[in-house]
Amino acid sequence: MPAYILRRFLILIPTLLGVSIIVFMMLRLTPGDPAELLLGERATESALQEVREHLGLNEPLHVQYGLFLKRLMKGDLGETIWTRQKVWIEVKQRFPATIELSLVALCISCFFGVLFGIVSATRQYSLFDYLSMLGALAGVSMPIFWLGLVFMLIFSLNLGWLPISGRLDVHINLEVITNFYILDAVLTRNWEALRDVIWHIIMPAVTLSTIPTAIVARMTRSSMLEVLRQDYIKTAKAKGLSNFKVIFKHALRNALIPVVTTIGLQFGILMGGAILTETIFAWPGVGKWMYDAVMQRDYMVIQGGTLFIATIFVVINLFVDVLYAVINPRISVK
Amino acid sequence: MGLDPAYETDGNSFMVCDNIFEALVAYADESTQLEPGLAESWDISADGMTYTFHLRKGVKFHDGTPFNADAVVFSIGRMMKERKVKFLNQPLTIPAQERTPEYWVSMEMDNTVDTIEAIDDYTVVFKLKRVEAPFLANMGMDFADIISPTAFTKNPKEFVRNPVGTGPFKFVSWVKDDRIILEKNKDYWDKKGGPYLDKLIFRSIPENSVRFLELKTGNINICQYPNPADIPMAAKDKKLKLVSQPGMNIGYLSFNHTKKLWQDASMRKAIAHAINREAIVDNIYQGMGQVASNPIPPTMWGYNKEVPGFKYDLDLAKAYLAKAGFPEGKGLPEITLWSMPVPRPYNPEGLKVGVAMISDLSKIGIKAKIVSYDWGTYLKRQREQPDDMDLFQLGWTGDNGDPDNFLAVLFDGLASSSIRTQWKNEQYHNYMLEGKQTVDQAKRAEIYKKALQLIYEECPVISIAHSTVISPITKNVMNYKLHPTASVRMKDVWMQK
Repeated sequence: MPAYILRRFLILIPTLLGVSIIVFMMLRLTPGDPAELLLGERATESALQEVREHLGLNEPLHVQYGLFLKRLMKGDLGETIWTRQKVWIEVKQRFPATIELSLVALCISCFFGVLFGIVSATRQYSLFDYLSMLGALAGVSMPIFWLGLVFMLIFSLNLGWLPISGRLDVHINLEVITNFYILDAVLTRNWEALRDVIWHIIMPAVTLSTIPTAIVARMTRSSMLEVLRQDYIKTAKAKGLSNFKVIFKHALRNALIPVVTTIGLQFGILMGGAILTETIFAWPGVGKWMYDAVMQRDYMVIQGGTLFIATIFVVINLFVDVLYAVINPRISVK
Repeated sequence: MGLDPAYETDGNSFMVCDNIFEALVAYADESTQLEPGLAESWDISADGMTYTFHLRKGVKFHDGTPFNADAVVFSIGRMMKERKVKFLNQPLTIPAQERTPEYWVSMEMDNTVDTIEAIDDYTVVFKLKRVEAPFLANMGMDFADIISPTAFTKNPKEFVRNPVGTGPFKFVSWVKDDRIILEKNKDYWDKKGGPYLDKLIFRSIPENSVRFLELKTGNINICQYPNPADIPMAAKDKKLKLVSQPGMNIGYLSFNHTKKLWQDASMRKAIAHAINREAIVDNIYQGMGQVASNPIPPTMWGYNKEVPGFKYDLDLAKAYLAKAGFPEGKGLPEITLWSMPVPRPYNPEGLKVGVAMISDLSKIGIKAKIVSYDWGTYLKRQREQPDDMDLFQLGWTGDNGDPDNFLAVLFDGLASSSIRTQWKNEQYHNYMLEGKQTVDQAKRAEIYKKALQLIYEECPVISIAHSTVISPITKNVMNYKLHPTASVRMKDVWMQK
């Protein structure tokens, strides 16, 4: 087992190096000049030159990449073009917001996805099964942007139940320690803030969770159906165990193995989906930050941010694979 | 974005800075008339080369340090390439420049300002390298804001996130991508009027429709840059009202003057008379603007009322086209019209405007197609004046209310290769030089009127429209006015209970 983990860990290095090269080259090959965007219509040739010089954009590509890599070795992701702050500091300020949102969305997806999947599988071809699979199809194909706006119209403007955007009401003070607002509110025993933070997170989290919920539900359903056909389930049933016991004690554990992988992958995908969700809900996380960076060609942010997200993604994957190996020991032998 | 006015280039940053900082010269409410700011008065030497600013006394920065001549020398001097500055008291050292002060460079201030000296505690002298009439107007712009040297030298890297100025509001906190909070400066020097508001919160809500929803529910009180389609909804809403201001801008269509085809004035005029600008303003600007006769807005001094502007007249357009040697468009190859991919204050929807234009052109027999790139590429390629560009859309929002800031910057191709239109006309170039070197405003206005007449006769550009800027606000916000420079001033605003 330790050898397996080590091997998997070492593969991360070339993977991330590859990501950094691809992102770097893609950025430089796409047209658009950060200096032009920074100065807009008013740019004069001399001003542009000065800005390009300052940003190091006049250097040949391999020199620019070399510099980027050299800094990276020292753990420095460089400095942003627009705000002139260390990319690392900017990531640190925004990442908790994204993780918090993604985790809540993931919990929603796991709970409802697994629940709907089980119920659908056990009542295959029932009305519930048809409806929930139809719902799953709709969930996968629903544009997040549109869905978010519809939720806002219904739950905020018409019903007045939930706040429209942001992470916390502007009139509530919360002492920020970890930047995970839920955690911070609990740590400082600020119950008013806690209530408000939860209130704010519901709508964006539900919006963000629609696609993964649908995927998890479908996965759980098909995996459950397969398990239910196995002999040991029939044996369990023949022994006269209750339906509930058969499903939750015997079938679920095995049915969940492929679902765990799916959920792990979904977490990475959630962080990608956060770009749209964060933009509509004015959620100050990495997604919205990266979106702005792409629009403004902030090379350092895109490079650093992508690399950071890629790292999280592969580390979660590694974690899931290890978990998988723990659940199913046959995997690690190969 | 950041909060050090010398180094910012975007409107969002300036919107906040406008309430924290002040410059030596100020623009009047709702116009760009120059007024005393942190300087009570100024003298200009007869040769126009020396500007002496007399500073206001008893003004304090938010950190409690006094505002004085050294602070001015420090704030402006830190942007200079060669720091020819003289402090009065302690010889302050200005920390090394971390990056380019983009506005300072693009307004050519290094070529304008020679030395800055503190003469006594409340007098600063600027010596110029050349006579530059727009200099005074430049000194009212955001980049020329005065900052607290003490706060800056204490931690130069952090100043951009902890700004200290003399303005009506003090900086309190900033949650990235979420909110910036300012509070009332109780010791503000100007005792008449505000600040009335105890607290000012700027929220970042990127989506136009979501921002408008927040306004409708009353969670925010002022909504900037709404979707044009939301304006009629706001007008009907009992809880909202609209404030508007003619924008100090111009959206135009110009020609690739490096191509032989467009060096013929008849060709240019054929296009000018073929385009139905009224329909464009009505349908695409949704009425939020006015058809332009001059490339500067009518609110600016130097505007030439006598210029009639090009009227929509297909027969006249056809006649010009025939005169250029292409009757009914025969023999003319398909031309390209470059359309802007992003909405700008002066042109809400470049592509739609482009489509309307090529359909107008087809009516006189000109075949044209739309070309568009992403914004950064568009700006870059446009500058190169490539052969596959015939007509292009662009525009301008004024910085300081000086006609030079439109006319020289946009159309004097002989002055520099970075002028976007690259129209080269000796006489026009002379007008621009004369305008810069004349200090008397009345005389300058006459010069610019002549230049505008020349633009009308030669038609190097088709001025499309000046847009109107509209902000929906909640009814209880009182005395909120929009400014032509797009600055957001909250000093005299109050809330009705």
